[in-house]
Formats: sequence, structure tokens, C-alpha cells
Amino acid sequence: MQALDDLKAEATAAIESAADSAALEKLRVEWFGKKGRVTDLLKSLGQLDAEARPKVGAEINAVKQLLNEQISERKQSLQRAAIAEQLAAESLDVTLPGRREDLGALHPITRTIDRMAAYFAALGFKVVEGPEIEDDYHNFEALNIPAHHPARAMHDTFYIDDTHVLRTHTSGVQVRTMETQEPPLRVICPGRVYRCDSDLTHSPMFHQIEGLLIDEDVSFGQLKGVIQDFLHAFFEQDALAVRFRPSYFPFTEPSAEVDIQCVKCASEGCRICSGTGWLEVMGCGMVHPRVLEMSAVDTDRYQGFAFGMGVERLAMLRYGIGDLRLNFENDLRFLAQFR
Amino acid sequence: MILSENWLREWVNPDLDAEALAHALTMAGLEVDAVTPLADGLDGVVVAEIVSAEPHPDADKLRVCSVNTGTETVQIVCGAPNAAAGLRAPLAQPGATLPGGIKIKKAKLRGVESQGMLCSGAELNLSEDHDGLLALAADAPVGTPIEDYLELNDQLIEIGLTPNRADCLSIAGVARDLAVATGAEMRAPALDAVPATIDQTLPIEVVAPADCPRYLGRVIRDVDVSRPTPLYMVERLRRAGIRSIDAVVDITNYVMLELGQPLHAFDLDALEGGIRVRTAQPEERITLLDGGERVLTPDTLVIADHQKALAMAGIMGGEGSGISGETRHLFLEAAFFAPELMAGRARHYGLHTDASHRYERGVDPELAYQAVERATQLFLECVGGEAGPVTDMTSSTDLPQREPVTLQAVSIQRMLGINLASGEVTRILTGLGFTVEADADKGSWRCTAPSWRFDMGREADLLEEIARIYGYDNILVEPIRGAASGDVAAESATPHSVIKQRLVARGFNEAITFSFVSPELQQLIDPDIEPVVLKNPISSDLAVMRTSLIPGLLSAAAHNINRQQTRVRLFESGLRFMPGESLPQTPMLGLFLCGRRMPEGWASNAESVDFFDMKGEIEAVLQAADQTVTFRSAVRPGLHDGQTAEILLGEEVVGVMGRLHPSTAKTLKLPEQTFVAELELASLMGRALPDYEEISKFPEVRRDIAVIVNRDTPSAAVLDTARASAGAALADARIFDVYEGDGVAENAKSLAIGLTFRDQSRTLTDEEINESLSQVIESLREKLGATLRH
Repeated sequence: MQALDDLKAEATAAIESAADSAALEKLRVEWFGKKGRVTDLLKSLGQLDAEARPKVGAEINAVKQLLNEQISERKQSLQRAAIAEQLAAESLDVTLPGRREDLGALHPITRTIDRMAAYFAALGFKVVEGPEIEDDYHNFEALNIPAHHPARAMHDTFYIDDTHVLRTHTSGVQVRTMETQEPPLRVICPGRVYRCDSDLTHSPMFHQIEGLLIDEDVSFGQLKGVIQDFLHAFFEQDALAVRFRPSYFPFTEPSAEVDIQCVKCASEGCRICSGTGWLEVMGCGMVHPRVLEMSAVDTDRYQGFAFGMGVERLAMLRYGIGDLRLNFENDLRFLAQFR
Repeated sequence: MILSENWLREWVNPDLDAEALAHALTMAGLEVDAVTPLADGLDGVVVAEIVSAEPHPDADKLRVCSVNTGTETVQIVCGAPNAAAGLRAPLAQPGATLPGGIKIKKAKLRGVESQGMLCSGAELNLSEDHDGLLALAADAPVGTPIEDYLELNDQLIEIGLTPNRADCLSIAGVARDLAVATGAEMRAPALDAVPATIDQTLPIEVVAPADCPRYLGRVIRDVDVSRPTPLYMVERLRRAGIRSIDAVVDITNYVMLELGQPLHAFDLDALEGGIRVRTAQPEERITLLDGGERVLTPDTLVIADHQKALAMAGIMGGEGSGISGETRHLFLEAAFFAPELMAGRARHYGLHTDASHRYERGVDPELAYQAVERATQLFLECVGGEAGPVTDMTSSTDLPQREPVTLQAVSIQRMLGINLASGEVTRILTGLGFTVEADADKGSWRCTAPSWRFDMGREADLLEEIARIYGYDNILVEPIRGAASGDVAAESATPHSVIKQRLVARGFNEAITFSFVSPELQQLIDPDIEPVVLKNPISSDLAVMRTSLIPGLLSAAAHNINRQQTRVRLFESGLRFMPGESLPQTPMLGLFLCGRRMPEGWASNAESVDFFDMKGEIEAVLQAADQTVTFRSAVRPGLHDGQTAEILLGEEVVGVMGRLHPSTAKTLKLPEQTFVAELELASLMGRALPDYEEISKFPEVRRDIAVIVNRDTPSAAVLDTARASAGAALADARIFDVYEGDGVAENAKSLAIGLTFRDQSRTLTDEEINESLSQVIESLREKLGATLRH
């Protein structure tokens, strides 16, 4: 049927060139509407003889179905193109920075204290705090440092009046803990401390974290274990060499200073470790029985160990901070590095 | 303390090199701070003699010397004033490189050839003296390398002694510890008592025996103080940092370094009557060897004669009774002064001497006998003379008593975590000078400390001795035992770390500022508070304790603004120190804001922060508080009168916030729009425990109204009134717009309020909601004079 073939070819071409869905709708009406050309063809089927009718009818219907499919396909394709166009028009430069508040940062000292406290918290040590203007008794006397003791000269104390000082260490908090709580005790005391000394390597205010463990079965070997494990965890180096050296503190006996292998030069000898390969990082020892007695701890039953370290020292080693004073200038270019 | 390695090795010589020896000392508790070679770069420097010295033809100050090097005679041009024929001095020969890096070669000086350089002490780094050639003894062997002649092949061992180890403030003391720590044998030089050859004594009276339990004196007649100090002694003193004065003083210093006993030599002829050891009289004055006059307090012990104070006991001698060029006869003193008496005495007078350092830490009371004999021996050797008998004034009952202390094996095991053979315990303690009686049945030792130890009163002291000699390295690491207690912080308290993290997430950087500030800055913020003042501040701008965290934050912000930072967001937590009997110290949180609201970027505008940015930050961190947070207009020094608010938690004022007063901002060179806040940290910690409320299944209805109120009417009052009158179904009320200007009367403002209604059990009807709205409007009209805006 030549007419049908022509129509099919014409319609297919028209569908393909339809620019939008309105044009497609117009075509649909032109062919399949009440007076549409395909509709007319179907209407004209009645004029054919009964034998030819089904065959021609099927042919017309096949064309009708084909064209309908083509219209629908074209419609979808136009929709896809329209969305694609919209998306293309809405595309952004994704490399432009986002709209945001900048993240602030904890001070490296706080960050370091938090890490230390987290380590000791896992061992059951609780954080306790105390006054920074401390009385003479809690800062000195109760720690076995009577008036005129040569160790007082080591402290460069700031005085408020005859009986009050700016605490030179956080040990007074340990004393207060022993006075008010029954053993066994596990506490750490972080905080600001003060020494009347200011130069390249001394700040009149700095931070310490001290620890105290009092129990029935506590030995120097256990102290070594705790400190060594802590230092390995703090520097995240399991093979870091740790050395305990005899020393003297009025409030512990035996006392030790703790050195670590230089983290800068791995003990080769450098400026940081003054060529010795070792860095002094903390002091510790078994709590002096006199200190326990003064705080009314039963020394027949209990003994303990204590340790203390300078937070700035450890933070500076950990993060490679070369100048102590940076810690207190609060320069945003410094602080923002510790996000 | 600095000591010569060679000298130490004369006393004990373990088979260790200098580095290992230093390590052994450190690990025994005598921390070696440094080991430095005494001399470097002295190769090619020899003892030489100036044979003749003629004037330089073309230079007034130079001389042309003919110098004997031991192998030849060379010509040296020299500018030293003491270059004269017969002088023996060090000669640096061509090829030598001096300590300062100077390379010696043949050179022409003003046209005359010089085949080397004659050297001063300073040029060889042997002394500070650069005024002339280092004059060597007339018998110094010409041609000998200077290093050999002065025995410079030595190292200086610097030990940082802890205050409890006064017994190691001498070669003998260090040697004793080194011997027991290394197992090497101690070889103290032989010391025999020097018999008296004359009878003369000086009367000695000790008026204060408790302060001076032992005083030994000895007369030595007919000494020749013009004789030089032997070279070895000058050198050893120099290496310990002590300047040579004259032979007599040098000997007293030498014996102090060697044995640890401070000694004093008086000019016998300057003493009137006899020695009297007594406390100072009221207003008594003394002129010391340092030339300074001191007015003595009555708690000061003096060595006096029958007329006057001669010396501050154990601290410093006085002028007029010391050794001079005219001295012919000596009176030598060796005493023991009670450490309790000496503690803090020297510092009280602004003094610190080698003697006071030792006495306040404790000098062995038995050492005086040895020291007197040793010094006498050296006097006779070096300056001649005849020694009288030793006068011994000892008050035995006032001497420190050494009570036996029991050390138990079980304690060693328990405290140190080690098992030690009984013999080893005895070896260690005996080596350290203890008298030890072992009791095998009880597993204990009765130990009596030697006279030189002042810190051995109880078992823990002995355990420390055992531990340090046994070696801390040898004590094995153990896990801690005992259960950790399991209590955790209450859920109703927000931990500090969480508060800080919230602020960090909101763009604040944490500052840490000094707890002391300048008085001016403190007064700028808290002029009505007299702050706590430090008695000995490090500087005048760090002189008072902060009464607020704000001054420190302002300083920190100014530091940043001076460095081209324009957007500053800081917080700090720490104590505020208030004056008063109880010196209240309260943990506070301080906040600082200035600059753009958002970081600069393509998507943000340049708007500055304002009051409501700071308020919003505070509201945000307080959002979980367990009490209502309200803000109330306030006036505070240093802050803007119209943009300051007190912060209330429940009924209590817990803080303040506001804009910096424009003149304060100007003074500190901070932006006009600068905002600060300070809150009690405790107020941020209270957190309401969640108590679950059923979520309604029914829809909520929102109605907006706009009301016009007086400009001064607080919007909080409008909201409170609306909430109070809206009925039980009100779920939320908020102000979503504030308008002043066209269409609203002057002195009035329009507030747009969004009201949300909801019921747990049913859908609300229009009638019910309209009824609630009418009540709200009526109540606002009645209480606040509000009119509805159409």
C-alpha cells in the first residue's frame, strides 16, 4: 500500500524533526485525531472487501503503533534534553570554597593535657583541680619542704603575702586529695603553675600534669612501667628508649628523673638534646612516707608513687615547637595549626 | 660543681673512659651536666724563654725578642708589656691553631719577621687575662709542650648536685660514691696528723654550742705568705672555677674542694684576746671580705675576738682579720655549724658562698679533724711555719646524732620490686659509710648512717640508697595492680572538654594568657576592684592577678590585630582571682569576637559581627543548660553602655557580655565593633537530663502576628507575655522580624511573632486557635500597650 508507506516515511521524518512536545502533539492530532490521516485510513477500511480488510487493518494499526512509539520516544528524548540543558545551565564551579565558619582550635597545651588525661583515665586516674593561689602549707610544708629548705630555692616562688604563694607545682592538689579521700587513690592534677623566672627557656607561668597512685601494693617497678608505657603512647613510639636516673625531690623517695631518647635526632646528638642524645621529660618517685603521714595516710598499709611533668616541654617535643614563648602569645597563625 | 677528671682519678680510678665514668656518676644520682675538655688547640705551643727583648725599630709598643724554644732560638715580635729577658711564657709555633681559631705562621710585623707568637692566658683560653704574657714559673722546662707542663690533658666534669647530697661537694665525696657504684677501689691520699712543734694556742670560747657544736683552731707561726702557690694547686682551683689569691687562702680552698670542709685562716696578729663564737649583738656591724658592710640580726652567728666580730660564721670572713701580704702568723679555723642554723642565713644577707652552700646543706662534723691536719700539712709544705696543737671545742650533745635505722628485706621487695642478696645490701651500705648489723633471722639490717649523711633518718632513705647503687636500670618494669575504681562523671555535668569543643566547632581559637596582667589593663575593665598584687612580680606589666579574663583576651587580640589579622575569635578558660580574706578563685570562660561575621570569601559579605553574634554564641553554648538563660541590660566599666547585658541563669547573674566601650577600643587599638563576654564556667556545665516527651501525631498550626510596641519595651517581655497567655497548646513562639521606620511611629517598633500550636491528642480547630490568638493580642495590649499592626 503505497499511500501508507509514504505516510509512514513522512511521519517518521516529521517526528524526528519535531522541536518540542507541542510540535509532537500537533503531529499526533494530525494523524490520530478525529480527523487525522491515520484515523481516516482506518475509517476507509469499511470500503474494502472483507477478505482484504483484516490484512490492511493490521498494516495500518502496525504503522499507528510504530508512530505512537516514535512520538513517545521523541518526547522522552526532548525531556531528557531539556533537563540536560537545565543542568548544564545550573552547573557550578565546584572548586570554589564552601560557605562555612572556619574550625577553631584547642590550644596545644590543652590538646596535650587532654591526651595525657585520656591515657591515665584508661588506667583509672581521675582528673582533680585545685587553687592556683596556694597556701604555704599545701605548696611546701605538706610536701616535706619546710621553711628554709634548700629545695625552696629551686622553686623561684611568687609571693602573694606571708602565707600565700602562686603554686609552684600542682602537688598541693594531691595533698588536698589525700586529706579528703580514702585510699586507694588514682588522680592526675593538670594545671597552671608559676615560677618567678623568665627567659628563652623559662616562662613565669606554665603547665604541669602530676599524678598520684596510692594503694596497698605499689612498687618502684610499677612506677617505671606506668611511666614507660605512657611515654611510648604519648610519642606513639613503642621502641622509644626511656631512662630513669636517680634524683632528689623532697616529696618522693626514691626519686627519679626520666629521660627519653631524643625524639629529634634519635640519640645521635643535636641542639635539642644538647648533644647528649637524651631529653629530660619528667620527675617521679615513691611518695615520701613523711608526706603520707602529714596527710594522715596509713603508711603501714599504703604506699604510693607520684610523677610530674611539664606540659609545654612535652607538647613542644611532640609538635616541634621551638620557642616556649609562642605558647602564650596566642598568635592565630600559631593556634590555627592545632586544629 | 666542676671537678677535674684527673684529680678524681687520683682518688678512684674505675676502668672506664670519661664518658662512661660520667654515665656511672649520673646513674648513681650525681647528675653530670657536661664533660668538657679542659684545653683544645694547644698543639705546637711550648714553654719558651725570652733570651733578650729589644725595641722594634719602627713601632714604639712592639719588641723584638730572641726566644729559646728548647731546640733553637727564634725571633718573635711581641707587644706584651711584660715581655722581658728571662721570662718564661708559652710560645705558639708556626703550624699551631689556637683555641680562638687563629692559625700561627711566620709573619712580618712592621717589617720585622716573627717566627710565632708569645701568648697570654686569654689567647690560650686558660684564663681571662690578656694584659700580658702568661708568666710561667722560672723553672718551667723550656721546650716542653704547654699541655704537658700544665697537665692540661684533663676534662672538666660538671655535676648538678641535688640539695640532699652536700657530702658530694668534694672530690672525696664524689670518689666515695663512684667507688661503690663501680666497685673500683678508693685510694684516699695518706693523711697523717701533723705533730705540734710549738705550744702556742689561742683561747676559744663557744658561747652558742647548739649553733656551733664543734670548733677546731690551730696556730701556725712564721709562715712566708710571699711564697707562690704550687702550680698543681693553682690549676686545680682554676679548673673548679676558683681564682688563686695567695698560698694560704688557696690552701683553705683546696682542702674544701678536696675534702668538703670549709676552712678559714685569720691573721693571728689581728685577733685580740681570743676567739669567741657567739650570736650577733643588736645592730652589730661587720665589713666583709667583699667590702660590703652588713648590719647583723641577732639570729646570726659570728666568729668574734674579745673586741669585735671577725666573720659571719660559715658564710664569709671579715675585712681586717684576713690574710694580707704582712701576715706572719695564722690562726686556722675548722668548724661545724648546725645546718638548721645556717638554712637561709646567707640568702637573708643577699650572700651565697662556697662555705654557706655547704654548711646549709650539712658538712660532716667529723671532717674538721682531717681538714685541719690536711691544711696544716699543706701550709708547712708551701709556706713553711711551725704548727701549734689543735684546740678542740666540741659539745658532743649538740652534735647531730645518728640513730640506727632498720631496713627490712620485705621492704626492699615491696617498695622496689627487687630481691637482693643479703651480702649485696651490706656491701652497698658499708661502701657508702654505713655501719651495718645484719639480722639474718629477721631478714633485716640495723644501719647507722655515716656522719656525712644528713638525710638518712628512716627506712625510705635507705631504700633510695639501695636503689640508686643497685641501679634504676636493673629494676624490672611491672604492671600496676589493684582495681581502678569505675565511677564516671555525672551525666548532668557537661565536661569542660565538651564546652571547649563546642566553641572550637563554632570557630573560636583557644588562648592561654598569663594569670597576671598589668595594673592599667586590669583597671580598664574592673576599676572598682583592688586586685591581688604579687609581692615579687616578674615585671611591672605582670604585677597583679587578673580579676577578669577579658584583659588577657584583649591583649591577645591586639597582638593579632597588630599582625594583620582582622577577624579574631578567641576563648580562654581559667581562674579569676578576687581580693578578700578567702582569696576566691573562680573558673571562668572568656570570649572575644571582632571582625567579619563570616570568614572572607566569595560567598560572604563584609558585615562585621555585632552584639547578637556574641549573644548567639553564648545562647548556643548554653542551649542545653538546666535552667532558663536570660539577658538583662546592664552598664559595666570598659563596655558600651547601650550594648551590654548581664547573663542570668535562673535568678543568678553568671556573666556579662557586651561591646567594648569605644574609648577602650581606641586605647587598645581594637576595632569599634569588638565584643567580649565572661561567664562562670560552672554555669555552662549544668545540663538538663533528657526526659522524653511523647511526639504528637497531630498536625501543628502556625499563626503569625505583628505588634507595635514602644521602642524601649524588651522583646523578651513581649515573648514572655505571649507565651503566658497563649494557652497550653502553644508549642513555640519566636520573633522573626523587627522593624522600625516608615509606617511605624517614631519611638515604636514592630515585632513579628510566629506562634505554633499543637495538641498531643487531637487536631486543633480554627476556633480554638483564634481564641488563643485573641488572648495573646489582648494580653499584649493590656500589659505592654501593644497594638496589632495591619
